[in-house]
Amino acid sequence: MIRLEPRTNPSQAMIILTPILAVLATMVVGGILFVTLGKNPFEAIRMIFWDPLLGEHAFYYRGQILVKAAPLIMIALGLSFGFRAGIWNIGAEGQFIMGAVIGGATGLALYPLNSFIVFPLMIVMGALGGFLWAMIPAFLKIRFNANEILVSLMLVYVAFNFLIGMVTGPLRNPDGFNFPESRSFQDFPAAHNPELWAGTGIHLGVLFTLGFVILAYIMITRHIFGFNVRLAGQAPRAAKFAGVSPNKMIAICLGLSGALAGMAGLFEVTGPAGKLTTTFPLGYGFTAIIVAFLGRLHPIGILLAGLLMAVTYVGGDIIQSQLSLPKASIQVFQGMLLFFLLAVDVLVNFRLRISKRNSK
Amino acid sequence: MDISIVSLLATLIVAATPILLAATGELIVEKSGVLNLGVEGMMIIGAICGFIAAVNTDSPLIGFIVAALAGAALSLLFAVLTQYLLANQVASGLALTLFGLGLSALLGHRYSGIRPPSSPKMEWFGMAELPVVGPIFFNHDMMVYFSIFLVLMVWVFLKFTRGGLVLRAVGENHDAAHALGYKVIRIRILAIMFGGACAGMGGAYLSLVRVPQWTEGMTAGAGWIALAIVVFASWKPWRLILGAYLFGGVTILQLNLQANGFDMPVSYLSMAPYLVTIVVLVIMSSDRTRASLNAPASLGKIFHASS
Amino acid sequence: MTLIALNNLTKKYGGVIANNDITFKVDKGEIHALLGENGAGKSTLVKMIYGLVQPDIGTMMLDGESFAPTDPRASRVRGIAMVFQHFSLFEALSVAENIALGMENPPKTDALSNQIRDVSLKYGLMLDPNRLVGNLSVGERQRVEIIRCLLQDPKLLIMDEPTSVLTPQEVDALFTTLRRLRDEGTSILYISHKLEEIRTLCNRATILRHGKVIGICIPKNETAKSMAEMMVGSKLKTPQKTITNFGLPLLIVKDLSLRSTDPFGTSLKDITFTIRAGEVMGVAGVAGNGQDELMLALSGEVLTKANSIQLEDNFIGQTGPVERRLQGLLTAPEERLGHAAAPEMNLSENTLISGFQRQKLGRRGFVNKLGAAAFAEKIIEKFDVRTISVGSAAKSLSGGNLQKFVMGREILQDPKVFIVNQPTWGVDAAAAAFIRQALLELALGGAGVLVISQDLDELMEISDTFTVISEGRLSAPRPIKGVTTETIGLLMGGSKEI
Repeated sequence: MIRLEPRTNPSQAMIILTPILAVLATMVVGGILFVTLGKNPFEAIRMIFWDPLLGEHAFYYRGQILVKAAPLIMIALGLSFGFRAGIWNIGAEGQFIMGAVIGGATGLALYPLNSFIVFPLMIVMGALGGFLWAMIPAFLKIRFNANEILVSLMLVYVAFNFLIGMVTGPLRNPDGFNFPESRSFQDFPAAHNPELWAGTGIHLGVLFTLGFVILAYIMITRHIFGFNVRLAGQAPRAAKFAGVSPNKMIAICLGLSGALAGMAGLFEVTGPAGKLTTTFPLGYGFTAIIVAFLGRLHPIGILLAGLLMAVTYVGGDIIQSQLSLPKASIQVFQGMLLFFLLAVDVLVNFRLRISKRNSK
Repeated sequence: MDISIVSLLATLIVAATPILLAATGELIVEKSGVLNLGVEGMMIIGAICGFIAAVNTDSPLIGFIVAALAGAALSLLFAVLTQYLLANQVASGLALTLFGLGLSALLGHRYSGIRPPSSPKMEWFGMAELPVVGPIFFNHDMMVYFSIFLVLMVWVFLKFTRGGLVLRAVGENHDAAHALGYKVIRIRILAIMFGGACAGMGGAYLSLVRVPQWTEGMTAGAGWIALAIVVFASWKPWRLILGAYLFGGVTILQLNLQANGFDMPVSYLSMAPYLVTIVVLVIMSSDRTRASLNAPASLGKIFHASS
Repeated sequence: MTLIALNNLTKKYGGVIANNDITFKVDKGEIHALLGENGAGKSTLVKMIYGLVQPDIGTMMLDGESFAPTDPRASRVRGIAMVFQHFSLFEALSVAENIALGMENPPKTDALSNQIRDVSLKYGLMLDPNRLVGNLSVGERQRVEIIRCLLQDPKLLIMDEPTSVLTPQEVDALFTTLRRLRDEGTSILYISHKLEEIRTLCNRATILRHGKVIGICIPKNETAKSMAEMMVGSKLKTPQKTITNFGLPLLIVKDLSLRSTDPFGTSLKDITFTIRAGEVMGVAGVAGNGQDELMLALSGEVLTKANSIQLEDNFIGQTGPVERRLQGLLTAPEERLGHAAAPEMNLSENTLISGFQRQKLGRRGFVNKLGAAAFAEKIIEKFDVRTISVGSAAKSLSGGNLQKFVMGREILQDPKVFIVNQPTWGVDAAAAAFIRQALLELALGGAGVLVISQDLDELMEISDTFTVISEGRLSAPRPIKGVTTETIGLLMGGSKEI
């Protein structure tokens, strides 16, 4: 009979090993999945993990990796603080959208003003948009004890509909062909977020993300706020005893994650996406949740997990075109990755014991 | 204005059925002390598996049965993760949703645009002919009545049976239940699988009756609404019906207003059901004492049997 | 006539031998005490009898037949019933529902309610079957547990530390019930470390120490002291108490009232007292009478009217825990793991919980890790905390050692006023004596100390002033001289009918 025996101290070795184990398990089971679909599993795994980085056309794909990874990492960093404290912001997608809409609208309102102040202002407004959108569930939780998971989630759908309303109405491109989309930011240099070095995919958002990774690392390891966040998540009564105000914690964590999600949205819409459309949201807000967990809520882990996720996205595009598999097959992969990580995570705090049945 | 109240109410019932089914299942899950956020994933898996089964056997009934089994099977993944491997319930539920959405898209790849076999309306000795009440209450397919029947069964189970008492005890205080010798993990796994089966049937109702067709991501948040409804109902079975119909009502009203050319941009109307759910959620949660008395006290807490 | 016999029972957990070759018997119609300090192995032994745990070696015989239950149900079927120290009750369910859950084949609700009423009348354990358990007092909840057992017509009733939550009058009532059961032929296995009670109630006593049977005695023939020495195996240190003149008032609490947010909690009503420099005030009371709420109000975790609490010259009712610590008011709550300390964090990090600001373990918000580790080392050294290192997780420490750490963390921060709830609960005798000594020395150094405790002997030993908390009210503090257990019992009983 297999039993789980608690460890008195968490296993440091396992903390490093488990994500690797999870990736390996995903590859194995994923490979089996490909076999059932009638495809060569080794070829498919290679396409997902190897080709984007070092394959034939990697010079093109690598750029794509950073483009996709940056928003995931930025959002996940914000989410990780809340998650550690037991505050579950599931509505990052909605905050992402609102950041893009409000930041983007600010820029479009200033068109065609050609000033260096435009883009910074948009960044601030984008962060503000996401921040305010996240403060709704924060306020409702503090004041009414409403579950932030459900409120933030409902607001995703509200935000999405708001986006549609905006691009079919006030933000519709007056010089366009009556399509439901805004003016393209590429036509508006002061508001454009271009690729800084050709082929790398690095835009300003990527640099900001890197900066945030460093900031988050310092915060969580060395600052009392990082300590309080961890304490609030592990031992809420002890956190209160220490003087941590639960309401302040809720507001700060949700506000922070909202601001970062909103900023990511702004960078995305002015850069890789190019304009506000009805299909602008790509699910980054939800995938970032996965990235946060894969990265064990730690800034460096999130950096690596975000890159890994981005690689699988690009890999998903590759297998879609090369193996004519549906785009959704990569989501199955990503879901499995999280499943396996959650499953092997138990080994950090427990060890496996195989014992005989007791004899009488 | 060309809105018929009668047809409005009749359509409302149909719109509410999928979430009623899912919510009923989730109620049992939460009563046992588990919060399963993977309802959306289980619903959509039920939608595609039921669809595939129904199309291939030309029987909607088989479709629903397969959907229930598929939902239960998927929920078993969640059960193993959270009950045996002690994983975080929120993360596991989200993983389930993601996985379910992806898997369903994969399975349903070749099935878009196909019409499933239609579900016949049940005969109630010609009562469908009655004015007003006829079309509203007596002109529906079997699953509508089954969903009501399911709520009734759940209510009887929780209030009058030993099994229901034990389930409530487990959700209330899993340590005490364990000390008394009840198999907490086994009970929770059964509850989770029941929830999965119900969510699966709810999803199948969408693809087989309500739409009826298969589209990727067709649940469009219905699973999350079902979760909200369980809170709205204060974990009491009969209030689920009220919640489900309220939501169904708002959706239908909004669609009808759109169709009748009401001069409001469509997208703002589409927001309405979600905003209503938030308002309802806030009202229910703000009464702290009542909420805490009705919510199963062990909800969301991890149980590790220490002997 | 032997009812149950245990032969050579042994049980190991990892490297620890919880029960080592245990052999003893309980006769029919006997109240048999199982005596031992915390950690002696009483719980494990009893879990084996009740089927929660199976022995590694050894056998049991019940009524002459082999007895090896694999789960509590199997035990119950053979006639064993148990009332745990920590009740297995469901607050949102009714008394009848709770009792039904503890029974094998409960009758229908109406029949069950009648049975409950009959039994409660017969044994003097008054209960209304339809009340929600969450609304019952602790003594009443214990009655639910007992009735649940009695309805199964047990041969052996096991009671685990039953009186730790009862007033003296409730204890008398319980003993009457137990004697009645014994006279009717039921055997009772009475687990306790309360020596006087065992002398009053029990026929025989088996004494455990470190997992072994040390001896079997007849309590009436022993003194409390001789039994204590058998239990602990060494002479106990008694703290020295010298009378002092008290200094200026440090903590002034006036008309402190607080509505409880928990539906099953206790609201505080007009609490008034003063603690002066050098004074130790003891607050007695049965659990659940407002102790937790009082602690939360004094620590600052719950805010009250500003002038309800005054620390020297400052009204602090509206200030939070951090500010209070900086002004010199430190507290130690009852719950070690989860409240006073974070179980998963190591000892070094745990110092930050109360010491970050006052002990200056950081600058501009950044944590001084070396400073925190040094502080933790100091605590471990000065308070004799047995642990591997400051890097050990709090949950890896034994109860006594963690309590010493928590006490040390607060006391070494040199508080002006120190408030502690249940300082030696679940702590072994040596550590308990150490902690009490530390509290006395703190007061000698000029601090004001408030000790909330369910252990009356402890309070008698270390308090200068004495008061009782009952249903959220505090009795008028009085000097400890002349306070007897009878007055205490009546004060604790408050308005409860006997």
